Amino acid sequence: MDITQILFWILSALALFAAIMVLVSKNPVHSVLWLIVVFFAISGHYILLNAQFLAIVNLIVYAGAIMVLFLFVIMLMNLNAEAEPQKNNWMKIIGVVTGGLLLWVLVSAVRSAADMSSRTATLKTGDIGLIQNLGKVLFNDYAVPFEISSVLFLSAMVGAVVIGKKD
Amino acid sequence: MNELVYLVPLFPLLGFLINGLCRKQLSKSLTGIIGSGSILVSFVISTILFWQVKSNGALPVDPLFTFIDAGSFKIDFAFQVDQLSCLFLLIITGVGFLIHVYSTSYMHDEEAPHFARYFSYLNLFVFSMLLLVLGANFVIMFIGWEGVGLCSYLLIGFWFKNDNYNYAAKKAFVMNRIGDLGFLLAIFWIIEKFHSADYAIVFANPQGTLSPADITGITLLLFVGATGKSAQIPLYTWLPDAMAGPTPVSALIHAATMVTAGIYMIARSNILYTLAPSVQAVVAVIGLATAVFAATIALKQNDIKKVLAYSTVSQLGYMFLGLGVGAYTGAVFHVMTHAFFKACLFLGAGSVIHAMGGEQDMRNMGGLKKYMPVTQITFLLSCFAIAGVPPFSGFFSKDAILSAAMQSNMLYYVIGVLGALLTAFYMFRLYGMTFLGSFRGTHDQEHHLHESPKAITIPLVVLAALATVGGLLGIPEVFVKDSNWLEKFLAPVFAGSTALTQAKPAEGNSSMELVYMFVVAAIIVAVIAFAWSKYKKYEKTTEPETGLGKVLANKWYVDEIYDAIVVRPLNALAGFLKNVVEKSGIDGFVNGVGRFVQYSSRQLRLLQSGLAGNYILYMVLSIVVLFVIFWNQTQIVQFLENIF
Amino acid sequence: MPIQYYLTLSAILFCIGVAGALTRRNAIIIFMCIELMLNAVNLMLVAFSKMSPAVEVAGTNGGTDAQLFVFFIMVVAAAEVSVGLAIIVMMYRNVHSIDVNFLNRLKN
Repeated sequence: MDITQILFWILSALALFAAIMVLVSKNPVHSVLWLIVVFFAISGHYILLNAQFLAIVNLIVYAGAIMVLFLFVIMLMNLNAEAEPQKNNWMKIIGVVTGGLLLWVLVSAVRSAADMSSRTATLKTGDIGLIQNLGKVLFNDYAVPFEISSVLFLSAMVGAVVIGKKD
Repeated sequence: MNELVYLVPLFPLLGFLINGLCRKQLSKSLTGIIGSGSILVSFVISTILFWQVKSNGALPVDPLFTFIDAGSFKIDFAFQVDQLSCLFLLIITGVGFLIHVYSTSYMHDEEAPHFARYFSYLNLFVFSMLLLVLGANFVIMFIGWEGVGLCSYLLIGFWFKNDNYNYAAKKAFVMNRIGDLGFLLAIFWIIEKFHSADYAIVFANPQGTLSPADITGITLLLFVGATGKSAQIPLYTWLPDAMAGPTPVSALIHAATMVTAGIYMIARSNILYTLAPSVQAVVAVIGLATAVFAATIALKQNDIKKVLAYSTVSQLGYMFLGLGVGAYTGAVFHVMTHAFFKACLFLGAGSVIHAMGGEQDMRNMGGLKKYMPVTQITFLLSCFAIAGVPPFSGFFSKDAILSAAMQSNMLYYVIGVLGALLTAFYMFRLYGMTFLGSFRGTHDQEHHLHESPKAITIPLVVLAALATVGGLLGIPEVFVKDSNWLEKFLAPVFAGSTALTQAKPAEGNSSMELVYMFVVAAIIVAVIAFAWSKYKKYEKTTEPETGLGKVLANKWYVDEIYDAIVVRPLNALAGFLKNVVEKSGIDGFVNGVGRFVQYSSRQLRLLQSGLAGNYILYMVLSIVVLFVIFWNQTQIVQFLENIF
Repeated sequence: MPIQYYLTLSAILFCIGVAGALTRRNAIIIFMCIELMLNAVNLMLVAFSKMSPAVEVAGTNGGTDAQLFVFFIMVVAAAEVSVGLAIIVMMYRNVHSIDVNFLNRLKN
């Protein structure tokens, strides 16, 4: 096993552990912090796959902006462990079981897919993750969606302001 | 000219429609004219048809339209004009016309809408009766059969505000219905065997298609129908109760026409009966039993109309006796003479009731001879006719039946003569109590006594004349050779039967027959004289009847027996069905379905908790299930196919 | 790495996100689980982009579509988070609680 494989397994284990801790934590602030760990792990996966641009953007946007926003809101509402509402145990079990069922179905579907069994995702090599290649494709082929996404942001901003108005 | 026959029932039908629909607008005299006039026109056309049939024999008539057309099975709405139906036509329209005229005066106390209702029902009745006798197949006869049953119900319950009359009307209808069931079963049997109900097809060669068991069954069932309509044992109790209706109704329906429908039906099917001697014996025995049984009851009745009602039942028994011993002509002859004298008797009784201001109890009458001469004379003549005194019509017709009975079985003859003696006795008891002696009613009634108006007395006179001379139509062979005109006229209708019975040589000891006839006549005259003298000096007593008299006065308790055996259990069953089966069973089930739906919907509503989290849960679960199904499609389909 | 490992990892992350969305009552935590689901999908897409045979040929831009898709998913996620948090703040202002079980106006 070379280093890439070891890294893959470590990062996977980290991501999974952190995801579970997100669910399990009583304090919402802890949940946020664990989610940030998840994001780091996933960015690590991206770097392994040589998708450098996405790795950085993931960190900046998600871990940097979105999670900070979450933290702001949590602080705003002064949430801590006592105030956390608890679902009854019955619902928790059902929720976990449902998730497990879904997992089972998805994994079985994946394993029985015939033409997937031999494919591999190439690590560490490949140019497509590099920013100049991505940029070229983005601004040549996908220029329109790019512009539209700016409009989307505008509408989201307006929407957020309107919703949050106190009146 | 043959299509003329369709006009015969048309006019009464029009009369019914006009009088019925416009009853609020028409005046009483106009109603009477329309009602009676329509019957008069039918009578005229009937006489024309009669002359044609007399000279040319049976007339062929085209069907009017196809009534039922189902595959290979066809019933035409067709009429049959032969000697038998012509004779009945004349009786129905002739006597009917006289009774309509009588009714214009008898019912004049009614208000105009009810007066018109009465005449419309009467016209509808005549229409149905004409359909019955004119029909060329059993189905048309059945239509008329049901129609007269309906009109009987409507007319018995004419004064519908009285509950007792309604009960009597219901009783008549229900008992008729029981008989009708037998008739219907017979028709179904006939249709099953012959694939048609036409007389021409059924009577052409019955032995060819039917087995002896078939013939016995069919004739027996037809006879059950006849017992219902013509009031024989055991379905006769409706007729005395039917006297609740107006007296002209009793005269027309329950004396002259409707009750003779059974006789007509059996006379029409004579070939079937001749082929079933066992059923013929049944018919004869029941007829004879009814004749004597009803006569005994009439001995002790005090209501003038009830005596006449039981007398009708008794005379119908004689007609069935005649049919049972094969004297078809004799039975039809008795129908004719009975129509004359019984209608006259009923109309005379109506005249008496009218004069007495509604009183019907004979114990309160008496001595009416000097107040109502015309009524009294006509009544007396009809009494002689019904008792069977020569040379009145009743003598010849009753004798035709009794001599045929003697040839069949001496016992029939003896009992028949006994019945005739009883008849003479109670009829003259009635005459004596009503017209002879001194008046036993109240002072007010005595002041009110008067002879009835012309519209009432003229029909009485006509009918009494017919009752007197009507016998000349059927003078038996023993008196004058070749003189039985009626027998010759009706011969083609009964040809099939006479051919079959020709095997038995006629026991024609004509001198012995004459002796018997005159001996019986003499005894009857003696009985009449006895009754006359006894009831001339009738004194009203208030002491109740005892012993046999009590049983007879209570009609042998037959009504009470029927009530206990039939009516009460049926009511109990109906009550049980209503309370248990209907309420708990059917209602419970239906309501249970509703309650179940409500319950399940209440439970299902709990799924809608309003919490989006729950909805997401359902969504995810459904997605999982869908995945599984989608993935294992073929296996699931195979599994389901194995189950179903 | 065989693509199946990435598929399985992504599926597990997704299902953890689903379980979390179903289990928790705090609206913000539910939101975070949604983000987790989105990230699982992103990982999947990137893995597929490297699986594409066009990658073998160097110099060409065969599998960039998937990565650009991920880019746009992030765009949408960001917009969605802003609006969603605004709604949650509104809800807190009205009900003074962020328990989703209080939002049962659709009941019955």
